Amino acid sequence: MTRFLGRRLIQMLITFLIFQALLYFLLELQPGDFADQFYGNPNITPAARQVLVEDYGLDRPPVERFFLYIFNFWRGNLGISWSEFPRPVGEIIAERLPRTVFLFLSATLVSFWLGFVSGKVLAWNRDTVGEYVATVLGVGLYTVFTPWFALMMILIFGATLGIFPLGKFLNVREWLALGRAYTANQVFGTIILTATLLVAAIIAIGIVTRKMAPVQRNKIRLPGYAAAVGLFLIYWLVIQGPIAGGQDPMLPYARQITWHLILPVLTVTLISYAGTMLLMRNSMLETLSEDYIETAKAKGLPETMIRDKHAARNALLPVVTSLVYGIAFAINGGIVTETIFSWAGLGLTILGAAQEQDIPLAMGTLLIIGGVALVAHLVADILYAYLDPRIRY
Amino acid sequence: MSVEQTDQNVGVGAETYGGVRTEQLWRVRLKLLWNSLRSSWAIFSENPIGMIGLVIIFIFGLMALSHPILMATVWDAATYDPIVGFDYTIDSHPSAPSAAHLLGTDPIGRDVLSQLLYSTSSEFGLGIVAALVTVTIGTSIGAVAAFYGGVIDSVLMRLADLVIMIPSLPLLIVLGAFFELNLLMLAFVIGILSGFGGVTVIIKSQALTIKVKPFIEAARVAGGSDFHIIFTHIVPNLLPLAFLYMMFTVTTAIFSEAVLSFFGLMNIRMSWGIMINLAQSEGYLLRGFEFWWLLFPASIAITLLCAAFYLVGRALDEVVNPRLRKR
Repeated sequence: MTRFLGRRLIQMLITFLIFQALLYFLLELQPGDFADQFYGNPNITPAARQVLVEDYGLDRPPVERFFLYIFNFWRGNLGISWSEFPRPVGEIIAERLPRTVFLFLSATLVSFWLGFVSGKVLAWNRDTVGEYVATVLGVGLYTVFTPWFALMMILIFGATLGIFPLGKFLNVREWLALGRAYTANQVFGTIILTATLLVAAIIAIGIVTRKMAPVQRNKIRLPGYAAAVGLFLIYWLVIQGPIAGGQDPMLPYARQITWHLILPVLTVTLISYAGTMLLMRNSMLETLSEDYIETAKAKGLPETMIRDKHAARNALLPVVTSLVYGIAFAINGGIVTETIFSWAGLGLTILGAAQEQDIPLAMGTLLIIGGVALVAHLVADILYAYLDPRIRY
Repeated sequence: MSVEQTDQNVGVGAETYGGVRTEQLWRVRLKLLWNSLRSSWAIFSENPIGMIGLVIIFIFGLMALSHPILMATVWDAATYDPIVGFDYTIDSHPSAPSAAHLLGTDPIGRDVLSQLLYSTSSEFGLGIVAALVTVTIGTSIGAVAAFYGGVIDSVLMRLADLVIMIPSLPLLIVLGAFFELNLLMLAFVIGILSGFGGVTVIIKSQALTIKVKPFIEAARVAGGSDFHIIFTHIVPNLLPLAFLYMMFTVTTAIFSEAVLSFFGLMNIRMSWGIMINLAQSEGYLLRGFEFWWLLFPASIAITLLCAAFYLVGRALDEVVNPRLRKR
């Protein structure tokens, strides 16, 4: 496993470098010169321009410039954004990356689980009216024009029903009215940290008790889950909440962010849910025609046991394989959703950078998105090896 | 061999050659093709989902055809032109659907229905070009990788891994912003991206199973060159699978074009995405229910056409992959 990981990490690095090189020269190829846009930019003072020209090596040949860029990139210097001058690209990305990763992760996890369960049930009930309706709805959701879908979510839940805000990461006026005790990223970081701990605790309890007898398992699992959720609630309601009466409770800030968060997460979840569901249904249909399912039925096993333990577990494997495609799909969906909701993550950043011809920011963001996809791909591979005992690295 | 020899005869159709009744090779091939098409169609037509998709595509085809006809007969060019038309008889635009404008007019006074119909043909063109590029690249690279194996295979497959992993939309956004993409260029970019990516991997695995079939050995013994074997013996057997992935590429292409146009990153004058982009830039999006004709027709058209190609692809999947069929 260590050797596999090492080999995969090296492969990832090489892939990333190739991507970086391709992207760099692709942008060098564009009409107009990399340097020209620099000189024409009125936001950049002559002194700053001189620093940038030296930084980027704009007075040097392209190949040398390329190595300079790569060298700077790996030292953490991604250049300076032109549209948000003089903020460094690295800083902008560091501010927005957690938001996108959170959106992407929560949506992917929820949609994968939902897709697994509903695909399983649909395939089992093949040729019923409910199955047809659900499949058609699934196809509709899978092929729906994503911007329109995101917009409909805003129109229905935001504009018409008024349950959720119309977009943005937070409402600046309400945020400032709360006082300025925290920055948005401090609060968001705390939310991510506690939510991750909660999910990790639940997964850990599940794994530890997996091999136990059902009676014993439930004795540990239920109180365990309750304790995890309880700790989470105590942290937010008591320690950060109004009950403890601390200096500046974080809860109202967190409420503000969460309130803006729900609709985008729901949208991306629904968008990527349909793909998993349709694939799981297909894979399950293939598995159901296997002989061992017939055998299990002949043995007189209960239907749900055949469905959940014999069929669904084997049907899951191709779905996990396709998680790789799903990752790209979810990232694409996330970008569209972010732009429609004006939810300042990487997707909105890359679109803004592209529209403002801000090459350093666009390139940095695209590289980081590619990096996120690579890491997600690695995780999917490891998950696959864990799920399929035939694969051992 | 007797079949080949009859090619020298000038006569058409069945021939008697040396007492054996033979047919010309092209006739045999045509007949085989016809038979396989007919049996595939029998499987395909059993699938209601695929038929729904086909009907939707057919309706969109009619819509594409109807625009030039309507422009030539019913609609006068000054009012109904999808790009420069303007209706002076209406006070304020956008105007709600009426007898003159069945789907209303957009914020700058152009007929929405005309725009909708006009854009259909370019969407088809875009999808078809992208799909053809994908299939050309995917089958040749898949066949070459499977046939030669070794270093060529590894390099091509690592390249495919790279393309699969990179999310296409951010890349297209950056390309669209820095290069002035038109429809043809976009079709090629999408075709190349999906041709080098997932399609190649799947087609290569199919090519591997064909490579070990006896008729490839036979072709080699008969003295066929590598090129000949790849392109006349392996590639034709990959085409059914390739055809399936053409459908999915069409969906991707139409979707990507619409998203890019919606973001205002395409260098084209009219498309469904641009219709929504205009509604957005003129500030009508959040009043989407009130001004539904600015938002819904184009969005629904994109969704339906994407869904139709996807559905046909899924139904073809059952034709190509017997394991999915009902027993």
